[in-house]
This record gives sequence, C-alpha cells and structure tokens, in this order.
Amino acid sequence: MTPLLQVRDIAKFYGGRIGCTDVSFDLYPGEVLGIVGESGSGKSTLLNCLAGHLPPDQGEVLFDTRADGPRDTVTMSEPERRMLGRTDWAFVHQHARDGLRMGVSAGGNVGERLMAVGARHYGDIREQALDWLDRVEISGDRIDDRPSAFSGGMQQRLQIARNLVTGPRLVFMDEPTGGLDVSVQARLLDLLRGLVRDMGLSAIIVTHDLAVVRLLADRLMVMKSGHVVEQGLTDQVLDDPQHGYTQLLVSSVLQV
Amino acid sequence: MKGETMIEIRDLEKSFILHNQGAAVIPVMAGAQLDVAAGECVGLTGVSGAGKSTLMRMIYGNYLANGGSIKVGEVDVARAEPREILTLRREVLGYVSQFLRVVPRVPTLTVVAEPLLALGTPVAEAEARAKELLSQLNIPERLWSLSPTTFSGGEQQRVNIARGFAHRYPALLLDEPTASLDAKNREVVLSLIEDAKAGGAAIIGIFHDEAARDRVCDRVVDVTGFTPVRAA
Repeated sequence: MTPLLQVRDIAKFYGGRIGCTDVSFDLYPGEVLGIVGESGSGKSTLLNCLAGHLPPDQGEVLFDTRADGPRDTVTMSEPERRMLGRTDWAFVHQHARDGLRMGVSAGGNVGERLMAVGARHYGDIREQALDWLDRVEISGDRIDDRPSAFSGGMQQRLQIARNLVTGPRLVFMDEPTGGLDVSVQARLLDLLRGLVRDMGLSAIIVTHDLAVVRLLADRLMVMKSGHVVEQGLTDQVLDDPQHGYTQLLVSSVLQV
Repeated sequence: MKGETMIEIRDLEKSFILHNQGAAVIPVMAGAQLDVAAGECVGLTGVSGAGKSTLMRMIYGNYLANGGSIKVGEVDVARAEPREILTLRREVLGYVSQFLRVVPRVPTLTVVAEPLLALGTPVAEAEARAKELLSQLNIPERLWSLSPTTFSGGEQQRVNIARGFAHRYPALLLDEPTASLDAKNREVVLSLIEDAKAGGAAIIGIFHDEAARDRVCDRVVDVTGFTPVRAA
C-alpha cells in the first residue's frame, strides 16, 4: 500500500529559533495521527508546514495525488496546492471563525466549497448542504442563518461540514475540540470518529489534550522544543512512555 | 485436540525506566517463554505484582518489549510497526481488559458492534450479533440505546465482555473476565470462553476465581518464573 502522505526531514526555522526539525513519518489511508506537546513545542508549525500554509525550510511532503501518484507539495505550484486544499485536503481550525465565512449563511458556507470544485446546480448544492448539516447535527431550519448566530460548538460542527463536503482524503485539525465545553467536546469526538470510520479518512490532529488523542488517534507523535521525542501506537505511548518528557506529560494529567 | 501454535513468546524482557525519578530502572520481566495453541486456554498465575497484566499488555502491544519476541500468528508484536499491530488487533487479537474505555455518548449497542463494524461487517449483521451477546449477558434491552458510561461496574464489565467477544478472534486475552459478576453472568462468560475455545481460539487469561480457572484453563503458567531477581 502506498502511504497517503510521506513526510521527509521537514524543518522550519524562525530566524535562529527552531520551529520544528527532523520530522519524518508516513501516514497511510484511514490512519489518524495525533501530535501532542505543550504550547511552543512546534506542533502547529509542523501542521502548517504539512498543510501548505507555511513554507518549510527543508524537506519533502509527498502526497499521493489521485491523478499523478506521490507529488511533493512543497515544490508544487501555488495553484496546484490550492486545488488540493479545496479538494483532497481539509483544514479544521481551532477557532471556527478562522475557517468559516462569518457573513455568509450556514448553507452558503458549505455550498461555497462545492462551488469551488465546479458544482453549479443550486438545488443540488442546497440539498448536499442540508445533508451535511444533518450529519453534523445542525437542524435544517438553520441553513439560512449566519454562523455568527451559532454557538461555539455549532460553529465548529459547521466548519467540519464545510470541510468534509467535498469528500477529502486527508484532514488537518488544529485543536479541534479546544475551547469547547466537555459535553460539546464529547459530541464532536463521537462525530469525528464516525466520519473517519465511514469515509475512510486519514487525519492529522494537533492537540494538547491526551484524552482526545486516546480516543481519536491510532498513532501518536510527541513533540518538545521542535523535535519529535517519541512516536508509536497511541495507547503504547500513553501507557508505557519511553521518553522522560512523555512520562512527565502523561503523569501531569489530572485524574477526573 | 490442540491445534497449531498461535502465540509464541521467546526470551521476553521488560524494564521500566523512570526518567523523572532519578532514571530508576525497574526490571519486571526476563526470559519469559510461552506457547499457546489454537483451541487452548492458558491461565497466568502468580502473586499480585508478579507481572501477569504486564505480560498481557506486552502481547497486546500496549507495553513495549525491550528484548525477545512475541509472535501472534504471523506478526512479531515486539518488532511490528504500529499499523501492523492495529491490523492484528482488528482481525486476530482481542483483549478484554478490566476497564471499559469508550467515547462518551455512544450507545451500548454501537459500542459492542464496533469491532465488527471496523472489519466492514454490515451494520444489520453487526448489530444482530451485539444484541445476541447483550441478551446473553443479561443487559436489559432498555439500556442498549444508552451510553455505558453511566452503568454500574458489573454492567460495564459485561458490556466490555460482549464487545470483546463480538468478533470471533483467533487469539484472545482475558484480564479477570469473571471479576465483579454474579453467579448467573459468571456462568455465561465461562460458556462464552468455552465456545471460543471450541471455535479454535488461543486464549490467555488471568483468573483470580480458582473454580473458573480450573474449568476453562487447560494449564496454568506461573509468571513468577519470569520475574527477574531484583537487586536488593
């Protein structure tokens, strides 16, 4: 099986400071990779390098494109990368307002991504938007409301609908449950798990919440000061951490 | 009749290194050997802390081995890539732990059917098997649509067992499957284990319940023999 994403020796520096360095891994179709570490550990920098939002200073990110097989997304042209961003990739931001158009209706937010890949029939677009609002548990009668009238949890679910409507194969998520209260978090986790299983999605999830990765991620990568200090099977890394930093991280979680 | 060897453990070693406590090294296992054939059930014994659960967790890939090999079917868990272990866990190797760990809000029926859904079993078929197991284990039907997170300890344990037996794994690890169960449910669990054996599953179990152990285990292995001598 060809990996969906092959990351080779990615590094990003901010002047003399390390953003992230020496990062290599393969992600296979249907796999969910969690990246954990405290603030400033380089996990968001890495995610942005992988998703084409930040140019890395070194390394390759090979994505298995539908048409031409593995292509380096770092060196591909901007229009090609944008096309990937609209079709096979999705990016779920921590703050829903960064991923939504706040002045456009909920249906418009979902439909816009469909139109970007060529959908033109208004009735079809509205129907697909309704279907997706239903899947993320937003009532159909809210389709014409703007996201600014939604709660934080609803905005986050709308952002997910907008991202997944085009049937992407790889989803990048930056703290998708951050800032939501726990009952809303549980609902979102359940939703994400179902979508990953039913659509066969691969995902890379950046978070500092170890409980979230335990439930969502197959594999885990632990970052500290821009370096990957440990990676492996999620439950193995959490239950039998090998690196001193991971041991500290796991033992620092408050028991509920 | 015993079948082919399903689980083969050779020279297994494990120590824990506590980096934040002066890099203390705690050796917990050395020279562990174990063979389990298809259709055989082996009970692990030894005092508390001797390493029974540690051995189970290493076989499941939950704890990392420091040396030796753990072959389950064709896969050496001690060396396999994460995705090989995930495939092994999905298809071949089941584990009934003492704790139920689920996503909040997911109904009990789905929790039990999930291992089958992950294998691509059609929803109706997976749910039919889940219903069969839940009724066998005396979980009232009115609870099936609720999340098990609010259930009593015994009920959670039974949901956990139903989930562990939903797919007929060729290899199965059972960590005290009859603990905290009443006589009626204990009997159900023991017959599930006997059925799995008859179906050719290789089983390793920890049973503090001696009568249960005598009934389902073909032999017992004392893990104290695998415990390294600790420096005084």
